[in-house]
Amino acid sequence: MAKIPVQFMLNGAEKAEFIDSGTTLLNALRDKIGDTSPKGGCHQGTCGACSVIIDGELRLSCLTLAETCNGAAITTTSGLSQGGVLHPLQRAFLDAFATQCGFCTPGMLMAAKVLLDHTPDPSRDEVVEALSGNICRCTGYEPIIQAVLTAARSNSQNAA
Amino acid sequence: MALALQTFSTVKDANAALKAAGTRYLGGGTLVVRAANEGDVSVSGLIRSTEPALSAITVSGREVRIGASVTMAAMARHPDLSSLARAARAVGGPAIRNMATIGGNLFAPAPYGDFTVALLALGATVGTDDGEVPIETFLAKREDNHAIVTSVGFSLPLEGGFRFLKISRVKPKGVSVLSIAAVLEQAPDGTVSSAHIALGCLADRPMRAKAAEKALLGRKLTSDGIAPALAVASDGTSPITDAVASAWYRNEVLPVHLGRLLLA
Ligand SMILES: Cc1cc2nc3c(=O)[nH]c(=O)nc-3n(C[C@H](O)[C@H](O)[C@H](O)COP(=O)(O)OP(=O)(O)OC[C@H]3O[C@@H](n4cnc5c(N)ncnc54)[C@H](O)[C@@H]3O)c2cc1C
Ligand code: FES
Ligand code: FES
Repeated sequence: MAKIPVQFMLNGAEKAEFIDSGTTLLNALRDKIGDTSPKGGCHQGTCGACSVIIDGELRLSCLTLAETCNGAAITTTSGLSQGGVLHPLQRAFLDAFATQCGFCTPGMLMAAKVLLDHTPDPSRDEVVEALSGNICRCTGYEPIIQAVLTAARSNSQNAA
Repeated sequence: MALALQTFSTVKDANAALKAAGTRYLGGGTLVVRAANEGDVSVSGLIRSTEPALSAITVSGREVRIGASVTMAAMARHPDLSSLARAARAVGGPAIRNMATIGGNLFAPAPYGDFTVALLALGATVGTDDGEVPIETFLAKREDNHAIVTSVGFSLPLEGGFRFLKISRVKPKGVSVLSIAAVLEQAPDGTVSSAHIALGCLADRPMRAKAAEKALLGRKLTSDGIAPALAVASDGTSPITDAVASAWYRNEVLPVHLGRLLLA
């Protein structure tokens, strides 16, 4: 089958690739573009490990076809740290032991980032709701929730 | 995965392409791409249309029309649809809601289809390029539907007239044990003058609880008033059995949850 072109912004950089029609964004990112930060846990929409941000909205890259993202702005966990400095959410995850095996972490970070982008000072319930599509088999969730709340507080202190 | 996607700017052209064997319409993809990932080879081609009307929400007075590509998240945040936000938010987690369309929800088999339960209670109509049909007619024959659903239409219920409940075992979000939507109107003396009740997971697709609706007419929303309706709540049901609950369990708990919804 003839390859088709896809082009989008990935973490602020323009990317163009030729893919097979029907390729998921997860496979295109990992296997073609080389961004392995989104993880393929279930390929069924249930685990959230493949979560990315597309045009400001949280999406599951395993259920999104890459060719529907032409012209979009995509953010993945690879784009969080800047110049070797961790994003406040990454820092908070490390400090709170919110990551153990780490497989869920990129998806959790994406879900948390979208939350804080829209709701800089979330309640605990809002954090729980924002992470409700992401499964973690290691941490028991509490450290993740605390990390997101801590990152929100440190953001607001920096802004003050 | 050998899935080719074709995108058309008009519904008309997309409908023509859907006539080819092995093709399926692509909404948000949360079910159809999921099936392909799982190894379903019955679909070889996906078709979608980017016609702007498919993504439009129009509210004029109490009349609402929602394009089939509108997502659960878009409905949940629309200021004129706040009475239905609870039902839209009942679908999946945040990422699923940013993808899941109202068109796809109409086709979702139990335990899915929570928003369609709401649409059934609202007495919605389902539109295609061939015209509109009542949602009940549509649901009864949805396997035979080969045309793209373009929109759904309904009248917004009167203030406080819409009730919705989804019961799941996983908190905060999980698939339904059951979902119930009710559109109730009451006379000035508090007796029920009109009742539309829809159930999810009590059959392979959303269904009306017609015996319960009838038993509510002329009754007050009190424990005694609703007792006859609860007694017949599971008339005509044939619930699904899945990992979350058995058919027996779903039927057993239906009157409990319907009672809570009616007394809320
Ligand atoms: C993890 C997870 C959790 C979920 N949780 C819920 C839940 O809590 N409640 C719930 O109700 N659902 C749930 N779902 C199921 C699903 O996300 C929703 O039902 C959703 O609304 C389906 O819409 P879609 O646009 O993604 O459908 P798609 O996958 O795009 O399509 C589904 C079917 O409908 C057909 N179709 C779609 N749009 C049209 C159209 N306009 N015209 C004609 N045919 C069309 C497709 O051809 C396909 O056969 C969940 C799914 C996942 C993966
Ligand atoms: S890999 Fe996408 S949700 Fe699990
Ligand atoms: S840290 Fe292992 S799954 Fe979350």
